[in-house]
Amino acid sequence: MSDQRTTPATAAPPPDEHQRMEVGAEAVPRSRVARIMASPAGRNLGLVVALAIVCVIGVITAGDLFADVDNVVTILRLAVVVGIVSIGMTFVIIGGGIDLSVGAIVALASVWATTVATQQMAADFHWTIIVFTAMAVGAGCGLVNGVLVAYGRIAPFIATLAMFAAARGLAEIISDKRNQLVDDPGYVDFFARELLGVPVLVYVFALVAAIGWVLLNRTTFGRRTIAVGGNEEAARLAGIKVQRHTVYLYVLLGVACGIAAAMLLARTGTGTAQHGVLLELDSIAAVVIGGTLLTGGRGTIVGTVLGVLIFTTLSNVFTLNNLDTSDQAVAKGVIIVAAVLLQQFVAKRAGST
Amino acid sequence: MTDPILRMTGIVKQFPGVRALDGVDLDVLSGEVHCLLGQNGAGKSTLIKVLSGAHRPDEGTITWLGEEVRLADPTGAMRRGIATIYQELDLVDGLSVAANIFLGHELAAAGFARRGEMRRAARDLLARLGHPEISPSTEVGQLAAAGKQVVSMARALSHDARLIIMDEPSAVLDQNEVERLFGVIRDLTREDVAVIYISHRLEEIREIGDRVSVLKDGRSVATGLPAKSTPTRDIIRLMTGRTVEYVIPERRQDSSTGESMLSVEGLSRAGEFEDVSFEVRGGEILGLAGLVGSGRSEILETVYGARRARAGTVSVAGRRLRNGSVAASVAAGVGLCPEERKSQALLLGESVAGNVTLASLPRFSSASFMDRSAEIDAAREQIESLDLRPPDPRREVRLFSGGNQQKVVLARWLTTGSRVLLLDEPTRGVDVGARSELYKLIQRLADEGVAIVLVSSEIPEVLGLADRVLVVRDGRIVHEGPAADIDEHQVLDLVMEGSAA
Repeated sequence: MSDQRTTPATAAPPPDEHQRMEVGAEAVPRSRVARIMASPAGRNLGLVVALAIVCVIGVITAGDLFADVDNVVTILRLAVVVGIVSIGMTFVIIGGGIDLSVGAIVALASVWATTVATQQMAADFHWTIIVFTAMAVGAGCGLVNGVLVAYGRIAPFIATLAMFAAARGLAEIISDKRNQLVDDPGYVDFFARELLGVPVLVYVFALVAAIGWVLLNRTTFGRRTIAVGGNEEAARLAGIKVQRHTVYLYVLLGVACGIAAAMLLARTGTGTAQHGVLLELDSIAAVVIGGTLLTGGRGTIVGTVLGVLIFTTLSNVFTLNNLDTSDQAVAKGVIIVAAVLLQQFVAKRAGST
Repeated sequence: MTDPILRMTGIVKQFPGVRALDGVDLDVLSGEVHCLLGQNGAGKSTLIKVLSGAHRPDEGTITWLGEEVRLADPTGAMRRGIATIYQELDLVDGLSVAANIFLGHELAAAGFARRGEMRRAARDLLARLGHPEISPSTEVGQLAAAGKQVVSMARALSHDARLIIMDEPSAVLDQNEVERLFGVIRDLTREDVAVIYISHRLEEIREIGDRVSVLKDGRSVATGLPAKSTPTRDIIRLMTGRTVEYVIPERRQDSSTGESMLSVEGLSRAGEFEDVSFEVRGGEILGLAGLVGSGRSEILETVYGARRARAGTVSVAGRRLRNGSVAASVAAGVGLCPEERKSQALLLGESVAGNVTLASLPRFSSASFMDRSAEIDAAREQIESLDLRPPDPRREVRLFSGGNQQKVVLARWLTTGSRVLLLDEPTRGVDVGARSELYKLIQRLADEGVAIVLVSSEIPEVLGLADRVLVVRDGRIVHEGPAADIDEHQVLDLVMEGSAA
């Protein structure tokens, strides 16, 4: 037998190999600007510009009222709860899911953490019991969501819609629809205490965001999240336990809701079943504006933080100008659509396939 | 029946990384049934999409009824009289038969649907198709697959289609329904409607077809062969043979001495394959030859644990793998390069490095923290070893050509340290020029002691690469022996046995 086996051609002659090897590269012509704008850093740059524009509008319309240190702290304080939830939401959405129950979980966690029994325990031991209770309640709700989605094969939209209804209902039952005050003054004081002029509350948000960033960008957990959301089948065939990971994602978001509930208790001093109304919409909107794909597989924590800040700052500007919440709601709607259209435009220009 | 109603010449369709169509010629005569054959990935679906206006070709011309046309979108194609009946029927289950037939071009007066008229027209069309028993007011979701197909055809006729493209219509039908479908097709052709009929089943093509065209690797390898008289062997040869000259290097290493690496015993899955047993030694390439639907891919995925076996065992280096657990297989050193690279293996938007380490993340992390420089180093090592081009570990995988994407999948398993590689159509969608490179790579891996199971639609590829060959037909192994002892013709006889010759 000869060194090499060949058969004669039955059709077209062999093409120029080199020409064809380059095909992949040439099929995506991109200008430098477009490429930068399409990179995660570039998208975030766009968000920084958007935030700057909102601030400029604030200064023009509200002047010193807006550009005041106390006002900036107010904005940050208001960003804490939605911000912490949005960090968790970023993971679930990158992982290909969605969670509509976050507001209800926050309400339930805030109520559960301020029951007489919990507060008695906290008084006997330490006020951190309240925080841990809220986190545990959140984790439990997240676990239920995750198991229903991953193993029950219920669409995330439906499974979390059920939790949306049930958790708030449970919160009303537990609290008997009453406001539950946090008894321990040490609790509220701790988070209201200021370091370098900024309340501890805000540091908690920063810490959660930092942990989220590290988790997404520097750990195997983050990689698996991107893989599961980007291409579930590929993740499965690469040996990743997709179902288990999906459960982890919802538990993670549940814990974030618990932390958010604890911060809400610190800010308001009250646990109530009315906490967290529309929080699911605000957090999903912040995540999407932050550049995370609703279809999963791609997103950034920095983008989410910027998305949260844009929304919160905008609300602040509206409030300072004495516009009511209805106007704010309309503006929010417009901004969500505009941001997503802009993203699609940039993505298209960048030649994404 | 002399002038073609449709003539396609030199059609090229390019997607990032691969040429799906690379010079397709096709002409269809009025009133004929023109069969289109080709393996998975040969370009049939892309060609259909070009014809139905869903894809615009990059090169080539389409002549329809004597004039050159551009089919800009599906509506345009429909309006010219080209109707497509897709495999997954595009019907709305919740609407009535009549509403489905006239979907998008409802008969209406002043904005109000003329329901009575549509029902009457639908009844006429259904009768013309020989199915007057289907009531126009039935909800489509209530109909069986065969009934839905008739509704799709009625919809095509409602557009006065001159050409109906049917993508594997028989796949969901039983024998009787297929016979009735053929009756309908014959009636249509009698009215000078042309049909492009796609199927894997040669016996159907014999029965219904007038002429046959064969696609392979995005090219026409034969056009307008007589459907009734062309020998089956020739047709299958066209589908499974090589389109262009390429080289499979001779192996020098003796593979008969390695230790048994992968051992499969009595593996079965209901309706897919029965009692499959084989062994592969380290350093050996075992080829699995068989036609589409023979069960070859299913066998591979079950060995891998991506499908749960009903019976039988899989062992790697003497240790039994847990049934239905991919993670266990990966941990035991088994890797799968699946048939659909893009949808089953790759994270297209992620970097080469991110794809390469996906199956061995724990190795590139300590306490869950990724060691990114180790990751990039590992990717670099593979890039160099596999000659990935361009050699950039941070480049997104979607920007690479098909052959280079396949290398990324291989790199993943090499990085994981796999000792058993299951390759499902490793050269599918890979430009012909890049193939010999992949062949060399596969041989080198075997020489380094990896046990390889290779599935390919191309019989010469299997024979050229493998040391030993299994032939699969209808979910059973019908032959096992050294690749050197069997030639392409004998394999063809084995894979075809039982189908009409």
